[in-house]
Formats: sequence, structure tokens, C-alpha cells
Amino acid sequence: MIDLTSNFIGIQTPNPFWLASAPPTDKAYNVNRAFEAGWGGVMWKTLGEAGLPLVNVSGPRYGAWHGKDRTLMGLNNIELITDRDLEINLSEIIQVKKDWPDRGVVVSLMVPCEEQAWIDILRRVEDTGADGIELNFGCPHGMSERGMGAAVGQVPEYVEMVAAWCKQYSDLPTIVKLTPNITDIRTAARGAVNGGADAVSLINTINSVMGVDLDQMKMSPSVGQQGSHGGYCGPAVKPIALHMLSEIARDAECKGIPISGIGGITDWRDAAEFMALGATNVQVCTAVMTYGFRIVEDMIDGLSRYLTEQGMTSVDQLIGAATPSVTTWNQLDLNYVVKAQIDQDSCIKCGRCHIACEDTSHQAISTEINGERGFQVKDEDCVGCNLCVVVCPVENCITLRELDTGEVDTRTREMVSADYQNWTQHPNNTMV
Amino acid sequence: MTVFSSNSSGQSVPAGRRLSEADYQANFADIHTPLDARSAVVEADRCYYCYGAPCQTACPTGIDVPSFIRMIGQKNEVGAAGVILSENIMGGTCARACPVETLCEDACVRNTEDDRPIQIGLLQRFATDRASELGAKFFTREPETGHRVAIVGAGPAGLSCAHRLATLGHEVVVYEAQEKSGGLNEYGLAAYKMAGDYAQKEVEDILSIGGIIIKHGVKVGEDVSFAELQTNYDAVFMGVGLGTSKAMQLDGEQASGVINAVDYIHQLRQAEDLGKLSVGQNIVVIGGGMTAIDIAIQIKRLGAANVTMAYRRGKEHMNASLEEQEFALNEGVHIAHWAQPVSLHTEQGTITGVEFKKANIEGGETYIMPTDMLFKAIGQSLTPINMATIEFVKSYGKYEVDDELRTSLPGVWAGGDCVAGSDDLAVSAVQDGKLAALSIHNTLTQSQA
Repeated sequence: MIDLTSNFIGIQTPNPFWLASAPPTDKAYNVNRAFEAGWGGVMWKTLGEAGLPLVNVSGPRYGAWHGKDRTLMGLNNIELITDRDLEINLSEIIQVKKDWPDRGVVVSLMVPCEEQAWIDILRRVEDTGADGIELNFGCPHGMSERGMGAAVGQVPEYVEMVAAWCKQYSDLPTIVKLTPNITDIRTAARGAVNGGADAVSLINTINSVMGVDLDQMKMSPSVGQQGSHGGYCGPAVKPIALHMLSEIARDAECKGIPISGIGGITDWRDAAEFMALGATNVQVCTAVMTYGFRIVEDMIDGLSRYLTEQGMTSVDQLIGAATPSVTTWNQLDLNYVVKAQIDQDSCIKCGRCHIACEDTSHQAISTEINGERGFQVKDEDCVGCNLCVVVCPVENCITLRELDTGEVDTRTREMVSADYQNWTQHPNNTMV
Repeated sequence: MTVFSSNSSGQSVPAGRRLSEADYQANFADIHTPLDARSAVVEADRCYYCYGAPCQTACPTGIDVPSFIRMIGQKNEVGAAGVILSENIMGGTCARACPVETLCEDACVRNTEDDRPIQIGLLQRFATDRASELGAKFFTREPETGHRVAIVGAGPAGLSCAHRLATLGHEVVVYEAQEKSGGLNEYGLAAYKMAGDYAQKEVEDILSIGGIIIKHGVKVGEDVSFAELQTNYDAVFMGVGLGTSKAMQLDGEQASGVINAVDYIHQLRQAEDLGKLSVGQNIVVIGGGMTAIDIAIQIKRLGAANVTMAYRRGKEHMNASLEEQEFALNEGVHIAHWAQPVSLHTEQGTITGVEFKKANIEGGETYIMPTDMLFKAIGQSLTPINMATIEFVKSYGKYEVDDELRTSLPGVWAGGDCVAGSDDLAVSAVQDGKLAALSIHNTLTQSQA
């Protein structure tokens, strides 16, 4: 097995798999179980100010979007930051860090945007021996109504200000957790960079209403007669997270700030994708809330085998390996031409490619081959859009074939050029 | 009291009976476990919702299978049942009794992919049962047209025709020789396929449309003449079954213990107490179709010790599907292929054995199978109805019809098992009844205009 040792802003852990700040990391009992299972580190569930503990609802805190087979595709929650006493949390953190010196323990924090409030909490956390702090500027429900969480993360100046306080009043490595509920996540990330943060983590949960109970005619889930929006996470949000991650990883103004990737990571493959787009480590929550901590075993095994197959010797080689493959639309090669092709041996003749193309796209798939039911691509109509590939229920039955240089695209009647040409170079672009 | 020890439930068996009450119940309970709500949704989700779906093409009634399955996936079972029943008013029976493995499920594209077709039959049953439980109503009658149609036979063809005609506003009178409606659904299908008196429940649902009168115990040609029907009604639909079992043409066929399989099944289906049916020890069934399979399995399940199906050709030639054959074998039925019965052995007017010739060997030797109960399941033919001077054009003893199910007699339609070229499936009879009703409707309404 390859060594998966991960170094995230100086915090060394046996693997890059962390648990996100959330219910699974609310107390020592859970965290000890997570470490026993093999997790590399935890972001301790967000601590707030000293004083009377917060109160959570005693109604449903979670809602879900299920696939037909009850696969949990998306989860939302309205749980607040920890509702346990600050002192208990701090003493547990001290003990856990003592018991697990090789694992990462970073404490998530959320206090009002007042300098003194941050000074107070920073001192308390420094005394625990924790490896760092994560500033919760992402939580989109409840706390944001009180001027914290996402309410801070949505204002880059606040992000910068609080990050700067943290760096000024403490030596702890500082991670800023970003909210996706913002038009351009790079602005908040730049705030973190400008404030001196050591890293950013993203994405936090997305504002969401899970559904409506049509029998009771009220949103679902609801606490009694009403519900409020929650934070959405789980497999369904992964594409959104990958996009935001790649935006920050490619942003010059973010200056290569280390990133901790979060958002629907369920298995080693998801984790590897986040790392390939620029995450140094990853944080998991929904997957363990669905299956328990034991899934980390598959993640460790799978990532290790993958890296070996790729000829890599450390997780560092994976970080950002695919980042350059992400660009803007304007940079795409307009001379790259593909045509769909259907493998007749694996085609089951369901006709879905045809009806999707016929009704909604380019009428490029015929329904008969030699007078019998069968589906074939009409190259002269195919724009290579990939719709048939994605609706086909049989994996690899429909594939895209790249036209060779010099081959004639029967749709445009033009010869495929070997030269790269993007929109900015295109003769039809009158904006240039 | 004599007590047999050989029964699977371990319960004591009263004298004169083969099995305990629990065994009878278990052996004749529903053969397929119906899907529960959750498994129905999961199974529905496996459906690819094909375009121009092969399953729909394979269904003799043309049910829009992908649509009804999609509705089940959306927990709209009643809507799904509506889709089914609009094409096939006996969708409930067909869901239970159709040989889906040779029809819709055989055509499912999933076979090509992973050899596991969508369980269309079970899904159809789930939707139709659910709608029936909820008392959902799908049809309303058009304004009355004043036209009256006579239907002969309250089986799948007749009831399907009656329902469609009633929906279109016509008045229908059905003449049924038996005491109950349903035809083979009530009297012919294997008991474990139609558990819980389903045939009557379905008939009730069908008749709830209104406008249909059924006259039971009335034989056309005896109790009422065919000419009367022609005179008194605007159209006549013949939906009769095949009432006459074919003979083996062997000496001794009249011996005691030689029984027509359909007659025995009729008796079985109507039996208040299965323990009172007479059951032999060494059973031989002659035939290779569904009826042969059905009688073989049912007599085995009634407690017969040895059951052998004898068929004159090979396994691939049998009318019963390979799945049905497999089912019989799993039930402990022995199947003898290439067994051509050549003579019956009797003692004092009672069957004692059948002599077979090995049909696949030229001049092959013969052998004797001892039996105390011999079932004939070699097919049925149309019982001639006394039509006085009127005669249909027939071929192979069945009514010849055109593609609108019209016979050679003006004003007379026919469908189901009684027409030439029929495949003897309930689902095809339903389709015939439906198409005939549409043709009758067009004829009646056009002549009016």
C-alpha cells in the first residue's frame, strides 16, 4: 500500500480524508470512533461564544432527496453550530488531541463579527493544542440570520477582516470555510487571501427547500406548521463544488492558496477528483452520515491503488493535476469535431437516444437498420452534443468519435483542421 | 380414524383426504408473490421507458407498458391502471395468467442487457389490484345509442366486447351457458394463478360500467335460437370457447379414469373442498400445451404420488413455454418426450395403463406406463351450435373472420378462441372483443348516419 500521508498547511495526517465540521464531529465520542475507523483528521463541529448554549429545534433537522431505490442523493439540514457547553467541547478537544497525536484536529469557529469576541475564542482554542482553526463563514441557515456564518462569507470585506484578526491574535493555521451562496466565490476567497488566511475550504451547504408535502400542503420537512430553508449537501452538490473549487484553484488573485475540498464526496474517486482539481485534502460529511465512519477504509484502499496504478508515489502528485484542463468557453477548440457512434453489439434498442435527439435536439438518429428496429447516427446531422451518450442506459454503447484531421465533417461540409481555433480567433466573432 | 403421515405441513390428515387443510391452502395459494408498494417503485425504476417499446408491440392488446410503469414509479398506480385497462379491460387476469415470458417480458430490452426483464406482469398486477382495491372508476358510458348487441359467451372475448360496446353507449345482452361469467378465467386457468376468486371480482369491476345484462345458463342453439338473436339485436358477437375436448381415437377412451383435463380443472376451480376431489396415484397426462402443464401441476399439488406428462414430440416442440416446463419439473412432474400413445389398457372398464411408442425412433419399441388416472389435454375444438340453416364460413372447424373480426354472416362478429388462427390466449381474446366492438360500433353508427 502506498503511503497516503497528507500535509495540509503544515498539519500532517496519515491520509487526506477529513471529516467536515458537522454533527459527526460534535463530540469526543464520535471523533474517537472516527479516528478508530481511520479518518485522517476532523474539523470539530463549530464552537460559538461562551455563555448559555444554543438551542436547536426538537423537530426534524434533516431532509433528503432520494433516488427511486432510496439512494440518498442529497441531504439538507437546519442544525445550528454546537449546542453543547463551550467548556465541555474544549476539554474534550484537549483529550482527543492527546489521545490521537497523529491525527488532525482543527476547530471550527463562529462568533459575532466583533474583534473582542474573536480574541476571546482564539485564546481558548489555542490552549487546547488543536492543530488549527476553520472559520465558519458558510453556514446558510439560522446563524446567518444572526449576522454570522454565510452572512459574513457573502461579504468579502468581512471575510478579510475576520481572517486578519485571527492571524493577528493567534498563531494557529487559519482556514476560511466559504459559502457557495454567493455570485462569484472567488471574491470571498480573495478576501481570505488578503486577510492572510492559510487556506480556504469549500463548499459549505447550499440554500435549499427540499420539497412540499402535497397532502398537508406545507414545505417538507417542517418543524410543526412551518419549515425554513436548510443547507443542501451530499452527492447532488458535487458538480457545483468542483466548479467553485476549480475557479479558486485557477484564480491568479487567490495566489495558489491551499484548498480543502468539500461537497458530496462519497468515495475515493470523488476525493481524487477534488484533489485533481486542486484540493490538498478533502472533507466528508453526508457520506458518513449515510453509511457510518467505516467508509474511510474503502477510500484509503481505493485511493492508494489508484495512485499506484497512475505511477504516483504520494498524494501531493495528484493535487491540481487536472486543474489546467479547466478553462473558459472562449478558449475551447472550435476545430475539435466529434460524432456519436452506436455500438450495435451492445445496443439494446430502447430507442431513448432517438427520441431524445428527435424531440429535443438535432434529429440525427434513425430508427431502422435494413428495415428492422435499430438505431444509427446520421453524421450529416450530428453535432456531437453528447446527449445520446448521456441518456443511453448502456455504458459505453454510444461513444463520441473524434474526426481525424483532413476528414470532412458531413454536417458542415468542412474539412477538419489540425489548427486550434477558439472563439476569440474565429472569423464569425465580430466582437474582436 | 386413519391418518396419513406423508404431508408436508406435518399436520394430521383426515381419512379419505390426501393432504391437510393447510397443505391444500398452501398448494393453491397465489403462485406469484405480488409486489409490495416499495418493490413496485424500485422495479418500475428499472424500466428504461423505451421509445416505440418492444414490450408494447409484443402485447396482443397493445398496452402502453412504458407509460403505465412510469406512472407506478411516480406512485400513480391508479393512473397506471387506467392506461392498462383502457387497452385491456382484463388487465388484472392477464397480469396473472399471461405467458409474459413469451410476450412482453420476452421483448423487454433488458433481456439483451442483463437477462433480467422488467417484471411487467407483476407491475401490471400491482397497478390493477391497487386500483381495484381503491374502487377506482375509469370509464363512463357515452349517451345511449339505442342499439342492442347480443354476445354469445361471457369469457374474455365476450366481456371485453361487451364492456367496450357499453362504454360507447350500446346496450348489451350476454348469453352464457355456464352459471358464472368469466369463461376460462373462471373455469379453466390454474387455480393458483387466479387465487382469491379473482375472476369474479374482475367481472364485477367490468360490469360496473352498466348497460350489460348477462343471462346465465342459457345455451344459444338450445334455449334460444341463433336466428332469434339475429332478429332481436342489431349485431351479434360470438365469443364462445372451445367446448369439446379432442379425442385420442383409441379403444378404451370411455373407460373409467380417463378424463378430459379441462373438465377436471373446471371441477377443481369450482370445488368448495379440494379434499373431496378424486385423485389417483399414478397419473399420466397426454399433451404438451398449457392445459397439460396446468393439470399435471394441479393434480400433483392435490397429492398425486406420481405424475407424468407424455408428449409425442420433443421438448422444443411443446406448446408450453420452456419456463412452464421448468416449473412443472420443479413441481416434481416427470415429462416423457417422444411418447406417442398407441393403446389403452383397461380392466373391467377401468384404465390401468397406457402403451406408448417411441415416436422418434422408426419402428420403435413400445412400453407401458401403468396409470389409474389418465388426463387428455390434447386440445379442444369448437362445439357446433345449432344454427338451423345458417352456416358460417369456417376453416379448421373455427369461424373465419376478417381483420375487423367480421364473419361471413352480415351483422355477426366473432373473436377469441372460436376464430380461425386464434392463439388460445385470454389476452388475444380480449383484443378480439375490443376490436370487434369498435367495428360493431362503426357499423351501427355509420348505418344510422
